Amino acid sequence: MVPDVRGASLTALAEGVAAGKWKSRDLVETYLDRIGRLDPKLGCFLLVDHEGARRAADAVDRKIAAGEAVGPLGGVPIGLKDIYVTRGIETTAGSKILKGFIPPYESTASGRLAAAGAISLGKINMDEFAMGSSNENSAFHPVHNPWDLERVPGGSSGGSAAAVAASLCAGTLGTDTGGSIRQPASLCGVVGVKPTYGRVSRYGVIAFASSLDHPGPFGRTVEDAAALLEVIAGHDPMDSTSIPQPVGRYRQASKAGLAGMRVGVPREYFGAGMAPEVEAAVRAALDEIGRAGANLVPVSLPHTEYAIATYYLICTAEASSNLARYDGVRYGHRTAEAGTLEELYAKTRGEGFGAEPKRRIVLGTYVLRAGYYEAYYGKALRVRRLIADDFEAAFEKCDVLVTPTSPTPAFKLGERAADPLQMYLADIYTVAPPLAGVPALSQCCGFTGAGLPIGLQTIGPPLGEEAVFRIAGAYEARTEWHKRLPKDPA
Amino acid sequence: MSQARQDMKQDNYEAVIGLEVHVQLATATKIFSISSAAFGAEPNAHTDPVCLGLPGALPVLNREAVDAAVRLGLSVGSHIRPRCRFARKHYFYPDLPKGFQISQYDEPLCEGGVVSFRLDGQARQVRLTRIHMEDDAGKNIHDPSGVSFVDYNRAGVPLCEIVSEPDMRSADEAAEFVRAIRTLVRYLGISDGNMEEGSLRCDANVSIRPRGESKLGTKAELKNINSFKNVRDAIEHEIARQKTLLARGEVVVQETRLWDPDRGISASMRSKEQAHDYRYFPEPDLPPVAVDEAWLARAKAALPELPEARHARYAGLGLSAQDGTVLVSERQIGDYFDAALAVAPAYPKKIANWLINEVLGRVEDPRKLSGRDVPVPPAALAELVELVEKGTLSGKLGKEVFGRMWQERRRAGEIVAAESVSLVSDTAVIEDACKRVVERSPDEVARFRGGNAKLMGFFVGNVMKETGGKANPKIVNEILRKLLGS
Repeated sequence: MVPDVRGASLTALAEGVAAGKWKSRDLVETYLDRIGRLDPKLGCFLLVDHEGARRAADAVDRKIAAGEAVGPLGGVPIGLKDIYVTRGIETTAGSKILKGFIPPYESTASGRLAAAGAISLGKINMDEFAMGSSNENSAFHPVHNPWDLERVPGGSSGGSAAAVAASLCAGTLGTDTGGSIRQPASLCGVVGVKPTYGRVSRYGVIAFASSLDHPGPFGRTVEDAAALLEVIAGHDPMDSTSIPQPVGRYRQASKAGLAGMRVGVPREYFGAGMAPEVEAAVRAALDEIGRAGANLVPVSLPHTEYAIATYYLICTAEASSNLARYDGVRYGHRTAEAGTLEELYAKTRGEGFGAEPKRRIVLGTYVLRAGYYEAYYGKALRVRRLIADDFEAAFEKCDVLVTPTSPTPAFKLGERAADPLQMYLADIYTVAPPLAGVPALSQCCGFTGAGLPIGLQTIGPPLGEEAVFRIAGAYEARTEWHKRLPKDPA
Repeated sequence: MSQARQDMKQDNYEAVIGLEVHVQLATATKIFSISSAAFGAEPNAHTDPVCLGLPGALPVLNREAVDAAVRLGLSVGSHIRPRCRFARKHYFYPDLPKGFQISQYDEPLCEGGVVSFRLDGQARQVRLTRIHMEDDAGKNIHDPSGVSFVDYNRAGVPLCEIVSEPDMRSADEAAEFVRAIRTLVRYLGISDGNMEEGSLRCDANVSIRPRGESKLGTKAELKNINSFKNVRDAIEHEIARQKTLLARGEVVVQETRLWDPDRGISASMRSKEQAHDYRYFPEPDLPPVAVDEAWLARAKAALPELPEARHARYAGLGLSAQDGTVLVSERQIGDYFDAALAVAPAYPKKIANWLINEVLGRVEDPRKLSGRDVPVPPAALAELVELVEKGTLSGKLGKEVFGRMWQERRRAGEIVAAESVSLVSDTAVIEDACKRVVERSPDEVARFRGGNAKLMGFFVGNVMKETGGKANPKIVNEILRKLLGS
């Protein structure tokens, strides 16, 4: 028997495989068929690993037949943002400068998924080096929002969000630096989780801004995202910023209900610039959460207005450093002709990087130059501390915060591409949590009149993932939004 | 004549020298990854995703390297910061895989400290600014065909950079400072300190100023100084170059100069204006390093006796400063000496002599003295020294026996017992020999009795011949004097 995978939940599919109701190989073929038919119109994948997926699925099926355990995600097809390094499989981070790069090693997170039995269908499109909010900065091709092909899926993990929304995978991994999981989750109407900094190892995740990069999952349901996070989270000795604390029981929390929880509503997140339909949906969601038994508490995060400036100082500085290694010497793109070393660097990097990484390298180089460190980077670090203090103070009054994820629903391809500043403002509600390192989740809380999803963000204290999953799971259980599916593109 | 020219003529200038010494730490693995840090493998055999700077790879600090750096800091009296931090130092070069070096900037592991050594018998102290940790770069290899290769075996090998204050005044002093650091790191067992293999490297900041002036002159930084001879030559050359400039009425410009050891000159590499902007910022992939009291206490307890303390102890035993200097120059020599001394505590000077003249003359690398392969271990040398000092062997015989001990790996007592090479101390035997010599040399006896005391040597020599060199010289002398009635 082969289930209808359109709209199917990852946890249900895994249970079916484990129970012998269907074969992993059949799931893989079904998804590969959907990818083959639909992805040319969506652009989610940069690489589909047909043979690798079939081999892995057959291995799971053999284990099931032999009565062996296959892991909590046994046989379930998933997709990896192309920022996760995969052994023997081309990994580009959406950039021409890494075209042809075949890593000799595997990221911790993708390795843990494989060890839990998940089947990777391939590598998923993204904004180049995770820099962008629309996926239009992919060096290869844009991704189209499954709810409206003329619109962007958000970014930088736009492909990962769209692939789940369009049921091209049962779940995906993305990364979030200033909103790169939550904003596309919001624009595509799926669940996206940016866990606490250090909760998921960054080893093998190509760095954009090291102190802000958060690997995390996308799921169709809150429980799906929880199941993925339970697998990829946990201490990793290969990442020195990884947290040694044991992993929480996220799936259980997603079903635990929210009675008695205190939900903070930060006034700074309901300001000007928010689309009226977004505000209405988020306020309605807050009412629903209140009716479910939570106490709504007004709170303030007074330094919110400095978050975007702080974020762009830190992320560009770190990006300029992290992207220095792409020099054409050891791997990836190398210019065809260079007379001198200087020329090798200039031409390789000039040809290999797109406009957005170049812009951020220049900004970051400026931010870090001698004599200006204190004025820019040093000051940004101090404001970052104040922003983290805001959260700490707020969490003395409440267990979680609930806010909108994105001030607007999905915008049209090309609409903001010419105006980077406008694009940067798309991150206004999502940049503060990564600066503070606190966990946050986005889920669907309604649709615009034009049928575009609207996202609701739940933010928890450090390592407060379980509290976040309780709210998100309880809200999902009382609403039907997550059941609505985009039409398959014709 | 200009003032500068006059100053020059009277050599009224003094040199001011500060050094930056890089020490490769002899840890099993690299500072931030699991590859071997050993020297001399096939190119790129000791590499991994981290030290190659592959996308997504992250550094993990090797505690062994920190521990070595802590011990180095403690040995020179540095303040060990309870919390230090790594920083990224950016520049582009093919041997630098990440496009930045992971170094330390505003929060180094060690601050302050003093390196003590002797220069021409005088005690010298050079203050340290700091000691910090960083990762080494790889090595570019330029093929004669015009193709360049990069070997990343060295990339990620842990380094300590020791930065001195500008306390040195001559090239010799600078060279001795570097030598003192080499001795120190070898004592601590944290580095080979081998300049030829690059495990000890040095950059020098050199300026000159009129004697009596307290303000520093404009400095030039010299790079690529890779032997003790180069330290001396490069700095000598730089001092002379700066003096010539001033003598000509020109000025010294702040710049980085590359020393060319083959041609014995330096050439400008980059001016102050072309200096790199390294864009330092705290390494976000590594949390700050905490060195707590317990760690410090463990490291302190593990420190060996250091060269200067050992030298003072040897002086207390009555050894000359020169002998002391030789004995402390490598940890293993002093260890050998101490082990021999433990067996024959009455003869420190004699043991030192035998060790310096006989043992050290026969070993290529004195650092191998600690191994099991030493043909004459310390206790065996001590035994020989006692045999000589107690009169069983003459000095000459002793040297012969030592030669056989070294070659045959046998103990002195064994050789003496088995082959009766020991001195004849039997008075009757010696007296017979003495009588024979006196009887057949009436002329010499007459001249001796007539006052030619020098002839005693003639009689002793002949008695030794008679006895095959085995007669105890002390007894020979006594009997001869009796027979000759002097």
